[in-house]
Amino acid sequence: MKYVTGFFRFWYDFIVGDDWTVAAAVVAALIATALLAHFAGAWVVLPLAVLVFVAVSLWKASRS
Amino acid sequence: MHEVFVVLSSFLASSVEMVEALTIVLAVGLTRGWRSALSGTAAALILLAVIVALFGPVLSRLPLQPLRLIVGALLLIFGVQWWRKAMLRASGFKALHDEDATFAAETAAAQAQGAVRPGALDTYGVALTFKSVLLEGLEVAFIVVTFGASAQQLGLAAWGAGAALVVVLALGLLIHRPLSQVPENTLKFTVGVMLTTFGTFWAAEGAGAVWPGGDAAILGLLVVYAAASYGFVTWLRRRHTARAARTEVTA
Repeated sequence: MKYVTGFFRFWYDFIVGDDWTVAAAVVAALIATALLAHFAGAWVVLPLAVLVFVAVSLWKASRS
Repeated sequence: MHEVFVVLSSFLASSVEMVEALTIVLAVGLTRGWRSALSGTAAALILLAVIVALFGPVLSRLPLQPLRLIVGALLLIFGVQWWRKAMLRASGFKALHDEDATFAAETAAAQAQGAVRPGALDTYGVALTFKSVLLEGLEVAFIVVTFGASAQQLGLAAWGAGAALVVVLALGLLIHRPLSQVPENTLKFTVGVMLTTFGTFWAAEGAGAVWPGGDAAILGLLVVYAAASYGFVTWLRRRHTARAARTEVTA
């Protein structure tokens, strides 16, 4: 059991890292992109979301 | 252009992980003997080859759009973490990763396990190198396999990782001590921005968005994220300086 939890913890830390809200924001932005996919400017959603959520995450990290 | 980025990203990301693994192998080799260090390394490399041989071809057979969505999202989340940490390190909010300190800590821990008979196989040394090489190697495999499959350039991504292995091993043999001369934090910064760029491009494409200019949008994203890095680090450095000044006044 210890090895199974260790395995999942490793992949969680490896992919999601210190701030899970960034991962959640990426998933939310991808859902929004998929919903807006038939509009011409849908591509702008993801990079904008990345910049905003990275800024928020950095601001939170710099306060702690 | 796309191909150059695939090789370069794979090369840089793999180099970072390989430097970390090599630091531990060198520490174990010098303190517990090279037979143990090389046995642990070889066992981990064999297991890694089996894992990649099992999962690599499965990924490259999946349909491209869902693959790009899933892999792009994973690369983006993973890349943003590297990018975010690199900016916090560059601005002073997080300590710089120090291979010298890692080497010293691993050496002290290995020496604390007692003496090893010359030429004998040491369980501690084998286990430590096996675990380190396997974990760092899994990260390399994750990057190479997902990156290569999304770009439909698995061979090029593997060449990038292979070149990184040759360069890191050559550096290890030449300097034969911790690889602190390799600017790991700068590498991580570059890799974070590149993985974020590719992750954004593939994930959005996988979700159905159409990029203006096709593949050329990758270059545009890279420029935007690089410019944002400069802005974020400048802003964070100002916050760090202001916080240090406040602490000084309070003290």
